[in-house]
Amino acid sequence: MALSDPTPEGRFGEFGGRFVPETLVPACRLIEEAFSEAWLDPAFRAELDGLLTNYAGRPSPVTECPTLSEELGLRLLLKREDLNHTGSHKINNVLGQALLARRMGKSRLLAETGAGQHGVATATAAALLGMECCVYMGEVDVARQELNVFRMRLLGAEVRTAMSGSRTLKDAINEAMRDWVATVEDSYYCLGSVMGPHPYPFMVRTFQEVIGTEARRQCEELLGGVPDVVCASVGGGSNAIGIFSGFVDSDAQLVGVEPAGGAAVGRGVPGVVHGSASYLMQDEFGQVLEAESISAGLDYPGVGPEHSYLAATGRARYESVTDAEVVEAFQLLSRTEGIIPALEPAHALAWVSRERESLAGGSVLLNLSGRGDKDVAQMMEILS
Amino acid sequence: MNGPGLVENALRERRERGGKALVPYVTGGLGDDWTATVEAVAAAGADVIEIGIPFSDPVMDGPTIQEANDRSLRAGATPPGILDALGGLDVGVPLVVMTYYNIAFRMGLKRFAASLAAAGVSGCILPDLPLEETGPWAQAADESGVETILLAAPTTPDDRLPAICERSRGFVYGVGLLGVTGVRAELASSACRIAERLKAVTDRPVLVGVGVGTPGQAVEVSRHGDGVVVGSAVVQRMLDGAGPEGVASLVADFRRALDDAY
Ligand SMILES: Cc1ncc(COP(=O)(O)O)c(C=O)c1O
Repeated sequence: MALSDPTPEGRFGEFGGRFVPETLVPACRLIEEAFSEAWLDPAFRAELDGLLTNYAGRPSPVTECPTLSEELGLRLLLKREDLNHTGSHKINNVLGQALLARRMGKSRLLAETGAGQHGVATATAAALLGMECCVYMGEVDVARQELNVFRMRLLGAEVRTAMSGSRTLKDAINEAMRDWVATVEDSYYCLGSVMGPHPYPFMVRTFQEVIGTEARRQCEELLGGVPDVVCASVGGGSNAIGIFSGFVDSDAQLVGVEPAGGAAVGRGVPGVVHGSASYLMQDEFGQVLEAESISAGLDYPGVGPEHSYLAATGRARYESVTDAEVVEAFQLLSRTEGIIPALEPAHALAWVSRERESLAGGSVLLNLSGRGDKDVAQMMEILS
Repeated sequence: MNGPGLVENALRERRERGGKALVPYVTGGLGDDWTATVEAVAAAGADVIEIGIPFSDPVMDGPTIQEANDRSLRAGATPPGILDALGGLDVGVPLVVMTYYNIAFRMGLKRFAASLAAAGVSGCILPDLPLEETGPWAQAADESGVETILLAAPTTPDDRLPAICERSRGFVYGVGLLGVTGVRAELASSACRIAERLKAVTDRPVLVGVGVGTPGQAVEVSRHGDGVVVGSAVVQRMLDGAGPEGVASLVADFRRALDDAY
């Protein structure tokens, strides 16, 4: 059994839905139809598989970590999404959506980005398919992820700085949605995580399931079964849902790791923003709180609706780690295994490291969702 | 809710007299004198007044109303505070609240609907709550006698319009352009189109808002519908510090232009 499909209204239990201005409702419906058609079309699937293999470099390997495993007293396996073209799992979703956008006759891709990884992936797909690309990024993130800003521009994308609110991912999404309301006829909104209005949470999950499908097979080979724990960092939740999808039907514990300053499941209550109902960090009046995290990719007060559902049903659990723990974990993996992780998956490792005693002797599969190149400049400042 | 409420009655009355309706938008909690602005706007000839309850993430709003939201929130405005203030007013025209769904959701739909009614607010506009998601809110609103105003957009297909008009109360809000709120130099042709398309399928009053920013644009689009909602132009005056009289004089300009033309 796999993850359950949402209802026709896009609900996962009480979460999800399609809370968007009327202007966007017809577009969401068209995307829903086009996606279900495309997914059943062997030609579409073959083209996507071809790109995932020959362009993005899939399958990504699972790597054993002998030194770090020894140090932590458990068996740590990494799903190497950091080795994908463009450096993270974001490319899996973007290639799928970009092919869909082209199939729908759209000429412009619109995206939000936090860490810049989704923006870079979208700019890459746009360059590949000859489409226009416009990426919104909060002013704070433009400063802390300037390498990715340069990469996007190099790839031919226009990067627009979101100056409102907390000037991070939340506000980049606001600006992208405002743009889409005005340009919906030619533009396709390429959302970067399992959030937003139906069908995005379901569609993005479907494109990210490749992570879990591969990892399940790889674990069977390496472990002769499933790991005790499968863990991943959670911003919107796309890399986590991708890897969880391969193991929901097993005994493996599923653990999502949020930043302490952006713990939607951990500290939020149900709310509605950016198109869906889900756990949300908000004040007593429903004003969305500003997240605060060292990691631009997880600096978000909300979470994808399916994670709220998995938390509510108890199938997955959600933990949080502090920025200081993340900085430690970032260095730990670099030093012990020669792998510099992105700050986002360093959250998952920080949790494993903190929980080493309760996890002792067990096997842990960690989704290494991206590489740390983009974070090196920021870490240089923090560590000096 | 049985039969038309105060909002719909007021708008129908204006229409029956051959006139066009004017619904200005005032951001709640913006400046110490915002309630005086509501009163002055009523006296200047508004048929209904829309009161914005600010939300942290207003995705349907452009820079002007965003700025108004931010200032109001920074000054400490809250939904109960704004509703309390409205409860103390008697401006002689119906009031409707415009906010985003999470504000209602967080308070609890029934409680939010009941507090609107208790504050003397007759209607409510939630721009991020499309028809398919309206059910639970509309039921709570109906029970409290609050008119739920739905929006129709230039992108709404023809076969969807009747259901929107059917479920809407008070009036049907035609979104005048593809985009967020804000004053534009020219009236978009989509503004007249949406009014015509709505008038073809409903007897309910049809008002056009978003991108209606000058008296001339209000007159032009009202040829096709029953009147206008004027948001950013009014709020910009508030942001500029024009005070109740300054805002009211802009509203009076719109009133005069509509009355002269119709
Ligand atoms: C490497 C990496 N991992 C994780 C995330 C968080 O997104 P999600 O929770 O959708 O996987 C990001 C987002 O920017 C990222 O760049």
